[in-house]
Amino acid sequence: MVDKIETPELTGEIKIPKIEPGATSHYRPNQASEKHNNNLGFPGTRVENWQEKSIEKMDDLLSKYKSLLVYLDSCVRCGSCADKCHYFLGTKDPNNMPVARQELMRKVYRKNFTVGGSLFPVLSGAEDLTEDVMTEWYSYFHQCSQCRRCSVYCPYGIDTAEISMAAREIMDTAGIGQKYCNEILGKVMDVGNNLGLTKPALANTLEFLEEDVEEETGVPVKFPLDQEGADVLLIAPSADFFSTPHIEGFMGYAKVFHEAGISWTVSSYASEFANFGMFIGNYETMQKVATRIKDAARELKVKRVIVGECGHAWRVAYSFWNTLIGPFDFLDKKYKNPTHICEFTLELLDRDAIKVDLTANDNRVVTFHDSCNVSRGSRMGDSSGGQFEIPRKLIKKVCGNFVEMDSETIRELTFCCGGGGGLLTDELIELRVQGALPRAEALHEVMKERGVNTMAMICAICKAQFTKVLPSYGIDMEVVASLHQLVSDAIVLKGKVGV
Amino acid sequence: MGGLSALSVLFVFLSYAVTTLFIVGFLAKIFKYATTPAPLKIPTTPAPTSRGGVAARLLGELLLFTSLFRGNKWTWIGGYLFHFALALVLLRHLRYFLVPVPELVSFATEVGIWAGVLLPITAIYLFLRRVLVDRLKYISTGADYFVLILIGLIAITGLVMKFSFRADITSVKEFMVSLISLSPVNIPMDPVFILHLTLVLVLMAYFPFSKLIHMGGVFFSPSRNQVDNSRDVRHVNPWAKR
Repeated sequence: MVDKIETPELTGEIKIPKIEPGATSHYRPNQASEKHNNNLGFPGTRVENWQEKSIEKMDDLLSKYKSLLVYLDSCVRCGSCADKCHYFLGTKDPNNMPVARQELMRKVYRKNFTVGGSLFPVLSGAEDLTEDVMTEWYSYFHQCSQCRRCSVYCPYGIDTAEISMAAREIMDTAGIGQKYCNEILGKVMDVGNNLGLTKPALANTLEFLEEDVEEETGVPVKFPLDQEGADVLLIAPSADFFSTPHIEGFMGYAKVFHEAGISWTVSSYASEFANFGMFIGNYETMQKVATRIKDAARELKVKRVIVGECGHAWRVAYSFWNTLIGPFDFLDKKYKNPTHICEFTLELLDRDAIKVDLTANDNRVVTFHDSCNVSRGSRMGDSSGGQFEIPRKLIKKVCGNFVEMDSETIRELTFCCGGGGGLLTDELIELRVQGALPRAEALHEVMKERGVNTMAMICAICKAQFTKVLPSYGIDMEVVASLHQLVSDAIVLKGKVGV
Repeated sequence: MGGLSALSVLFVFLSYAVTTLFIVGFLAKIFKYATTPAPLKIPTTPAPTSRGGVAARLLGELLLFTSLFRGNKWTWIGGYLFHFALALVLLRHLRYFLVPVPELVSFATEVGIWAGVLLPITAIYLFLRRVLVDRLKYISTGADYFVLILIGLIAITGLVMKFSFRADITSVKEFMVSLISLSPVNIPMDPVFILHLTLVLVLMAYFPFSKLIHMGGVFFSPSRNQVDNSRDVRHVNPWAKR
């Protein structure tokens, strides 16, 4: 751990910095061990002919991904994206400008796959994949949280996430894996969740939660595990079982199911919503992780799958599941599968199937942090933009005081928390603190000007990241809240009468 | 090609060779883009939920540069005027190839001249941006400067033929039409015209192998051309193992 983190100062506005080349070239995550790499079918350590292997893999990906091919060709270096990345704004390192990050791969692409690049390398900025270039790759492709903000502003929709995913896939293939992601993926494939939480431990946790909720409310809200024949399989990010404020949101889901009288269950086989397979860009891994959920839903004979608050996982679920593990013809076609817990709860509230008392949240002035993958990689509800409207409607149903942050920092222009994309690891703490700068600025402004004391969100990574880094900016971690925590506090439990 | 001067033979050959290279190179790229699979649904959301909506999104990018407008107004104004001028100038140039000249092209004749003046000005503006803004300077490659200089010089040699050393338009048109009808005549011995033509041939030869392919890119960009309907319609990945 770093003793003293260099935290940028809050200035009251999001400023475009003067570039400082090399400012964060030393930031890099720990490398995966042999075992972690082998678990995913990658070579344990860097292979002898890593350059050859890397170029081979790049060739393979170029034939499999239209996105990669078109994005590597089309960039004109107009600079529209240059000042849009939170990591650039927070670190000043020009390689954190999305276009510069892409160029790290593009220069190798030009050299190996284009006529111009192989004939006139200097004119076209073409380079071989040397040791130095690989060092840059490992460093800067792990300073991208795959949040897609740059793709909003690109005239060709170039998405740096696609390029950083491809780069990580290439590095994995050459035996250069990242520890945080690969270790976690091993756990989810082995035990069923990112935390490595076994079935007895999970059962204990759920039991403890039942006692906790009953003690607090007097109502025996159940937290069922592996209950065959339940209506709903709930898939939550495993952080929801343990971390704060995630767990408060998890209790919220349970209360909603309880009040609606809908039977539900958690699965010990598929006790993880997160899917880091996306972060490392490996299709097969992502598919394997997702397949556990399908198998669990079949096994437990549920009617529908509802998922908890997790950003990238919602992107995987909403945008990719149908391709990866669909069709869901074994589930009840009456429902959208998967359904986001926010869609579910709002629908119940809209038809008065559950009751809330919004004065319970009168002590709060709430703002909403749009999570990047939900905003720019998915949708909720039936119309475009539902991923912004549904959580907001839900918040306004359970709390009377809602305030928006600066319009350049919300909805599809939202800033990543700084910990997404497989970067939520201790050794990258400086990057994470600096990457949170734009959000910290916008949050600080509404706290100061509008009395905001709560920032609600629907992503496990955002919650973990903000509770960790906001204190560096002098913002109390108590500000960070799960959206369903607000629901949990406001929901009226009928059985509560007489307590 | 009996009776053609050596220089004419050279330029006739180059014109045909480069045009072939341009067309084949461009089509080959487009073919590759069209046939490479898109395994997953990755539209940048919020995205249209229908094909019609996607068409509108792409037209907006093509005709108004909507995303660039969002990203940077200064780049947008320079880039937009540059491309607009280029389009008008190209339209105006059809009068040197077509007999008779269509009405639309005649219309572009007057305004096309002003577009011709605007073109090098916007090229210089975009060039200066690359030199003066630290972020832009960092990301600009030799190729970025090269195309701006090339297009700038093409525009300037064109203007010189219009305003100072006037070219004999009749013989230029005769030459161009003869190329199209595959019965080439001698090239007009006008050094400015020959330079102008040479630069254009360089640009055409360079085009399919460079970032200039970006004009095709936007239509094949999955983040822009996909419909947001992944829960309702199963998108199939052709190479997935099941």
